[in-house]
Amino acid sequence: MIRLALILMLLACPLWALDPSTALDDPVLEARARTIDHALRCVVCQSESVAFSNANWAEDARRTVRELITEGASDAEVLDFFVARYGEFVLMSPRASGSTWLLWAAGPAMLLLALGVGYGYLRGRSHAKAPQEAALSAEEEARLREILKD
Amino acid sequence: MITEFGHFALILAFLVAIVQMVVPLVGAHKRWPAWMAVAEPAASAQFLLTAFSFAALMYAFITSDFSLRLVTLNSHSAKPMIYKISGTWGNHEGSMLLWVLIVTLFGAMAAWFGGNLPPTLRARVLAVQSAIGVAFFAFILFTSNPFLRLAVPPFDGQDLNPLLQDPGLAFHPPFLYLGYVGLSMAFSFAVGALIEGRVDAAWGRWVRPWTLAAWIFLTIGIALGSWWAYYELGWGGFWFWDPVENASFMPWLLAAALLHSAIVVEKREALKSWTILLAILAFGFSLIGTFIVRSGLLTSVHAFANDPERGVFILMIMGFFMGGALILFALRASTMEAKGVFGLVSRESALLANNLLLAVACFVVFVGTMWPLVAEMFFDRKLSVGPPFFNMAFSPFMLVLGLILPIGSAMPWKRARIMRAMRPLRYVFVLALAIGGLAYAMQSGRTLLGPIGMFLAAWVVMGTIVDLAQRTGRGSGRLGRLMRLPRADWGKMVAHAGLGITMMGVSGLMAWQQEDIRVAQFGEPYSIGRYTITLDDVVNSEGPNYLATTGFITLAQDGREIAQLRPEKRIYPVAQMPTTEAAIDYDLARDVYVVIGDRQNDGGWAVRTYIKPMTNWIWIGSGLMALGGLLSLSDRRFRVAAGARKGAVPVPAE
Repeated sequence: MIRLALILMLLACPLWALDPSTALDDPVLEARARTIDHALRCVVCQSESVAFSNANWAEDARRTVRELITEGASDAEVLDFFVARYGEFVLMSPRASGSTWLLWAAGPAMLLLALGVGYGYLRGRSHAKAPQEAALSAEEEARLREILKD
Repeated sequence: MITEFGHFALILAFLVAIVQMVVPLVGAHKRWPAWMAVAEPAASAQFLLTAFSFAALMYAFITSDFSLRLVTLNSHSAKPMIYKISGTWGNHEGSMLLWVLIVTLFGAMAAWFGGNLPPTLRARVLAVQSAIGVAFFAFILFTSNPFLRLAVPPFDGQDLNPLLQDPGLAFHPPFLYLGYVGLSMAFSFAVGALIEGRVDAAWGRWVRPWTLAAWIFLTIGIALGSWWAYYELGWGGFWFWDPVENASFMPWLLAAALLHSAIVVEKREALKSWTILLAILAFGFSLIGTFIVRSGLLTSVHAFANDPERGVFILMIMGFFMGGALILFALRASTMEAKGVFGLVSRESALLANNLLLAVACFVVFVGTMWPLVAEMFFDRKLSVGPPFFNMAFSPFMLVLGLILPIGSAMPWKRARIMRAMRPLRYVFVLALAIGGLAYAMQSGRTLLGPIGMFLAAWVVMGTIVDLAQRTGRGSGRLGRLMRLPRADWGKMVAHAGLGITMMGVSGLMAWQQEDIRVAQFGEPYSIGRYTITLDDVVNSEGPNYLATTGFITLAQDGREIAQLRPEKRIYPVAQMPTTEAAIDYDLARDVYVVIGDRQNDGGWAVRTYIKPMTNWIWIGSGLMALGGLLSLSDRRFRVAAGARKGAVPVPAE
């Protein structure tokens, strides 16, 4: 069902980006444009990058990316251009700025915490004395005798 | 009439579940054997009633009974039979019925095969399992009843979403659900043990097969879904880091962790409270997954999860089970004292490291999935978290996991020395480094991803093989001893090697994929790398319930024809929806993946081609992981435990 939901989301973009006419002739510039396509989110389908979406908006976006690159804009400038118009949502991944550093730091911070707790536990275990064999209850004694009899 | 019987059976199952939730629990508390014994027949009855109800719904789909609202909305009389059957769970209501069917199936299995459990624990486990059933029966009956009739039935249905008309639908959701819901068994065991106030080695042994089974199903389910998306969605992505996918991946990570920590409980009576917590959380993430998919909270555009009432209901279920279990955990965790003593460097600590890495990796996925929500609520920032974040933040954990895996699994229990564990592995390590270096030298680009992936895969695969060989000791007769090793050892080797192979596939594909988009003219070949592609013809045709445009493409390698590819574009008139059917030339070394697009003004056709190296190893590796789990599940000690229920001895005497 997971996949189904995903597929259904993609339906906002019925056919896939298959429009060779937008491609730039210079392979180096086109490769750069392609990388930027992957970093931009299609605001129509939301779950797809501009590189794979065939919504009209995504097609326009691909064209704009190429125009800006041909005019000599840097990759960052192209992304800024889109962020300025559509907000941060248009980026596939948020930038590590402001509150978003929390997102980027969450994993490493949690790892440090987990390592600390894990190390404490291990130290405790390696210094602990082996407990006496837990005394069996009368009921368990009886069952043990029964088992051993067989 | 059958529909009404099905509806009635569902209500009856709901009532039985309520009885099974209350009576055995009271019985276990008061030590009344008769009350405890209610659980077993109730669990069987619950399962049979739900199975009948599910069969009734399936019957309605097969006979295209359009007086049912659900059938009208999701089926069509011209649809092929296999999709009528699988269409039963290709919608919200039906899939929830499948979900609850599996809950009752696991409950019944615990009743049938749980003969060796102490009676009180068994009664409690079954009662908790039934409580989960009650919650979801109520959810189905009150918010998403599949048996509602239409006053005026239409002549024909509105058809199933065409993208779902694929054999993938027949297998992917059932496996995924078996995995999701299988974790409810681990949850029930954890809560049962908390109520019981006792977690020991025996508990570790009982809970492990259930977790293992759930994990195997989840592995297969996720791999099938990933493969389905790969060939169906038309651009060959196998993983999107989409919220709904993460929803299935998080329980998988935690189940993998649980699998390993339960070993420590079983063999060494340590990590008890952590294992209980993991069991609770693993099922908790299954519920979160259900919530994410069903509520439409995170992905507002997708079509069938649009009912906030349902979302609130699942949120309440989740709050009740997680809150209740965690409070119980907080009250009882201190009574679970660890017994085993072990050094800082030991098999135990290696397994603990595995658990930390898997759990924190799961946490990263969770934070990334929920972040858009958090950012909007607390920081007023509307943003999205996509694959680049997950690739960056998640992959390092898998890297470290792969690095320590062969060393950790070579370590002995209690006390180990890293150098001694490394000694038999050092040649393998050098060889793996050499393979990574070779990959770096041979590739055209300068990415590190591919070489690192190759190194890691070689290290994990060869390391686990060496580890298995080490277990046969020295001298003659090693081959015989190898064959007589416990299945669990074989399972461990196969599953770990599978992980390494999947890592190889993922990194190879991501690092070295080639893409080509162009306008192809008839009979004019063009080349991509070593391959030459020629568009010979484009033909329109008619399928059972769609119209197709098929490209006839010849694929040649070094001037020799190797395949005829038939990429298709389809239009489903009833659903008014187009789909693409990619043509793939499968090979172990690479896939050639071709999609046909629109006709261009100059008479040519847009064709998109991918060369995807090593892709199939992703799924071969997943298959090996599942196979390893299966081998481990068939190990003698679980069979002995299961067989003991028939003998006179109530517990395995070992």
